[in-house]
Amino acid sequence: MAEISQDSGSGKKGKKKRSKKLATRIDLTPMVDLGFLLITFFMLATSLIKPQTMEITMPSDKKVQEEDKTVAKASQAISIILGKDNVVYYYFGKTEGAQVLKTNYGPDGLRKILLTKNFDVAKQVEELKLEKNKTHMKDEDYQKRLTEIRANKNAPVVRIMATDESNYKNLVDALDEMNICSISRYAIVDYDEPDKQLISKLTP
Amino acid sequence: MPKAKVKRKSTWVDMTAMCDVAFLLLTFFMLTSNFTKKEPVLVSTPSSISEIKIPETNIMTVLIDKTGKLYFGIDGQDKRKSLIEKMADKYKVSLTPDEIKKYTLLELVGNPMQTIKQFLNLSPDLRDLPQNNLGVPSDSTNNEFVDWVKSAREVNPELRIAIKADESTPYPVIKNVMKSLQQLDENRYNLITKLEVAPGKK
Repeated sequence: MAEISQDSGSGKKGKKKRSKKLATRIDLTPMVDLGFLLITFFMLATSLIKPQTMEITMPSDKKVQEEDKTVAKASQAISIILGKDNVVYYYFGKTEGAQVLKTNYGPDGLRKILLTKNFDVAKQVEELKLEKNKTHMKDEDYQKRLTEIRANKNAPVVRIMATDESNYKNLVDALDEMNICSISRYAIVDYDEPDKQLISKLTP
Repeated sequence: MPKAKVKRKSTWVDMTAMCDVAFLLLTFFMLTSNFTKKEPVLVSTPSSISEIKIPETNIMTVLIDKTGKLYFGIDGQDKRKSLIEKMADKYKVSLTPDEIKKYTLLELVGNPMQTIKQFLNLSPDLRDLPQNNLGVPSDSTNNEFVDWVKSAREVNPELRIAIKADESTPYPVIKNVMKSLQQLDENRYNLITKLEVAPGKK
């Protein structure tokens, strides 16, 4: 209680004539100050949010045998080039004679293109998510079905190439789009000559 | 002004409830949060929809700031001790036990091995100044970064690599780091990001 009174019943404050047993009244205002000071300390020095991570796996540097290389069909291949000032160039199919188009990182840019290309898989993943919410599917079942959908042979294969003028955010955004559009096969590839020439034709 | 003055009543507010609320909040914060690690530079990571949480132990952190400086650190004080001893051996830098102790208390250090002795002897407030942090070299002539990663891997084989880089870090720096890791056959790593709400999700 805010007041610990030895003489219970004496409720008046500051009477000159006090009864022989002194009523002790503790004012808790400083205690509250202390409490808020400690709260402020903890709020500033700690963090409630644990940082998130994105996992990526890069292809190994060692020379891969010819038969082990997975060959992608030209019809499935999408190449994305991360350029300067948040510009994204992309083309479908082989590098020679490809028609390069420009887009941006917004939802109506890269995401739209990837979703249209990956339409079947994206639709299946959406349906699976709805099903999961409705039937309360177990997590492992969901994951299993997800990997089955993603192992679809006709799914597009994306190559991501980053130019030296792009920044880290561009790379993370591109990888994020892979996740959002449920593209299972993608790789970060070096930005080399054939592509450099293609882009230099576009930017005079 | 009214002629009849209002009698001055003494106001005494019972602060018990306020005190209870304050301590409840305090208990909440004490139990649910964890102290943030002190980083030499403040880095703003890009956002992504990935919801995988960063592991708390057995983690090797590579911090890359806007200017491309690399900072390196692992968790676990005893492991840090073995790491710095290995590196000091490799680079023929002699460190006193006191300096080694100072190193084990630091989360992330970004200095080439030549200047690390001076860096460890600086007072804590001077340690954060940019001129005292030159970054771990990772160019082809002097790739200390590769040695740090290799030694860290020897000290703790279960380490996971986490890269925390600023949004506006230019890509060549990242490419360099990824190539160095590829050299060591470290092909799985994590990129630390902020949480972003996935589009279409509520």
